[in-house]
Amino acid sequence: MSFGMKTFYNGTSFLRGDIPMPDNDSFFQSVLDAISAGWRVCSYFGVPNAEGATLYCIMSARAGRGVLGISATTVGRTFPSLAVVCPQLHLYEREIAEQCLVRPEGHPWFKPVRFQKPLCAGDGFWSATDGGGLLPAVMDFYRVEGDEVHEVAVGPVHAGIIEPGHFRFQCHGEEVFHLEIALGFQHRGIERALIGAPTPRTMHQMETIAGDTTVAHGQAYCMNMESLGGIFASPRAETVRGIALELERLANHAGDLGAIAGDVGYLPTSSFCGRIRGDFLNMTALLCGSRFSRGLLRPGGIGYDCDASIADELYKRLQSAREDLAGAVELLWNTPSVMARLEDVGIVSEKDAREIGLVGPAARACGLNRDVRRDHPFGIFRMSQIPVVTATTCDVAARTRLRWLEAERSMDFIDEQVRHLPRGGYRNQPKGVASDRCAVALTEGWRGEICHVALTDERGCFERYKIVDPSFHNWNGLGLSLRNQQISDFPLCNKSFNLSYCGFDL
Amino acid sequence: MLKAIMARFRQGHRTMKYPDAPQPLPPRFRGLPLMDVTRCDDGCRECADACPYGAISASGSLTLDMGKCLFCADCAVACPHDALTFSTDARLASRSRKGLTVVAGEQYQPGGALEGELLRLFGRSLKLREVSAGGCNACEADTNVLSTIGWDLGRFGIQFVASPRHADGMFVTGPVSENMRLALLDTYAAIPEPKLVIVAGACAINGGPFKDHAEVHNGADGCVPVDLYIPGCPPSPLTILDGLLRLVDIVQ
Repeated sequence: MSFGMKTFYNGTSFLRGDIPMPDNDSFFQSVLDAISAGWRVCSYFGVPNAEGATLYCIMSARAGRGVLGISATTVGRTFPSLAVVCPQLHLYEREIAEQCLVRPEGHPWFKPVRFQKPLCAGDGFWSATDGGGLLPAVMDFYRVEGDEVHEVAVGPVHAGIIEPGHFRFQCHGEEVFHLEIALGFQHRGIERALIGAPTPRTMHQMETIAGDTTVAHGQAYCMNMESLGGIFASPRAETVRGIALELERLANHAGDLGAIAGDVGYLPTSSFCGRIRGDFLNMTALLCGSRFSRGLLRPGGIGYDCDASIADELYKRLQSAREDLAGAVELLWNTPSVMARLEDVGIVSEKDAREIGLVGPAARACGLNRDVRRDHPFGIFRMSQIPVVTATTCDVAARTRLRWLEAERSMDFIDEQVRHLPRGGYRNQPKGVASDRCAVALTEGWRGEICHVALTDERGCFERYKIVDPSFHNWNGLGLSLRNQQISDFPLCNKSFNLSYCGFDL
Repeated sequence: MLKAIMARFRQGHRTMKYPDAPQPLPPRFRGLPLMDVTRCDDGCRECADACPYGAISASGSLTLDMGKCLFCADCAVACPHDALTFSTDARLASRSRKGLTVVAGEQYQPGGALEGELLRLFGRSLKLREVSAGGCNACEADTNVLSTIGWDLGRFGIQFVASPRHADGMFVTGPVSENMRLALLDTYAAIPEPKLVIVAGACAINGGPFKDHAEVHNGADGCVPVDLYIPGCPPSPLTILDGLLRLVDIVQ
């Protein structure tokens, strides 16, 4: 069953004319049917036109089938909201309303997403209520009323060196009844700038969608450019890209393990991991000169080859970082006061996680067995697989332990790949971009699934380039994890998700 | 407890020697651009045309504005004469916006120290409030690194603090998105006089990869007065540290 969708594989492109365009009723019904049958929404977005918008839905089949599906429909100024029966769509529908000025009828939580101007001419839905200008975090927050209920507001500027966001807690004493998160402060108009692209600036914008996820977003963009240009990255280039992706995961997982330790006041692991994170970043800098992989991935391959001396040095440094990281992290499991602080805190049930569509380590810590590297393999992961790790306790402890187990698998992977780099060229020259096509690329960043969709026009320019960062799926998970927790648990829960503001805000 | 002590012993002392000894950087690190015009052909503009952000001017003398530069080296790749290369010199910060322009054939001068009363006030203790205003979180990440044990910024009397009321200055990253402009100005207003502003990264200097997007203000210049510019995308932690240490006259 493919529910009226065109099915295809990750990293491929097809004619836009091949995308099924059912009428509204069959489109929405088949989206619901597919979700009931276990499909999951990877991207759901609108392309505005004079009368309304065309909505595109990209879905992933249940694990094991390896296929993706796409269908689309044209709507007028309104479309039916499915968020009540299908919570994973709720934010997508708000985003469509904000970007395309079409209203999801019956949406239960109709609020701005990024406080951005629409992609088409006209005023947004919320302009009238706040005096004409759309000011960030100016909206109706959910409120709990009653004796001794109070509200705590935090942000946009936070106490540490952190990106901006606004948090509203509804509290009863120390207990949090509800947390609502308002983002959009980092909105810098990436999707609007991509209309009419690619330009020489495009790759740099892709590298900075989320600066700590440069490889995963860069890989998705390169896959789209390669499938639209009819070229391939060589096995050597794909291997180096895979190594860089896992180094990115390692740096961030190591940093998160340290930050979680720091938030429970366990300073040894916190100090050690803060430094070890830098060791992984420096391994990336060994490959390309930049600790954040800038310049490494380019359509058609990689910008810098990994010669034998670099591979040897990388292998040596990995061995020593592995020992350091293992020693630093083991202290956590051996310290009962640390574990007691992590266990049974910030639980998101498997059912909730599935319903709101969590991805990445946050989902796997709830027992959801999903990972793009295995489910929709791309690049080197078509040849060499990394085992998927899951946990079942759904709490901060699960998200912590999972990071370490994933880090181990990633180190094993690099260990093997760096010693067996395929020979051959590292960069094929990109050709033009094919016109009137749709390309879809999924990758597994360290926070989870990344989805890029390119729709080209008759000149081979992007009519729309849609980006979904894993944080788009997961911020709701953080909100849910705080329910009935102490407000003092917030920093810990927040670190255990460590979501991106800029990746969400685009 | 015993295990923690043994781990501590094994991990050892890892704080770097800088500034007493040079800090090694990877061979592929892209720092101060070097331009050798003797290699250039007359009228060749390949490097200037290759820059997506217009950092290079080839009309008249060859110049590169590090405030616009993402250090991507597209220009060096495009140059047919190997006249433009990036060195591993990370000492790049400047006290003025104009000072970030590297002119071919001239020695680049990194920024100097605060003067008079400001140096007396902040030279031995400088507290900064960081404001992230629309960037990609890479500048923030490599600023955070300075507080880890490897860099140990605190040993120089410099510290990032949690409130503008505790701060002597503001440290800005990001191109200043319209959605963060008000929060940035409010934070600045909340810092007691006299105060400094330090901007780090191509975004905060000039808009970076998001230059000229309608949603951003092309950096903090024009919103607040700036005392120190730290270029890079993102700047290396060493570039940030070197800039800060020059500002408080620990490095000359």
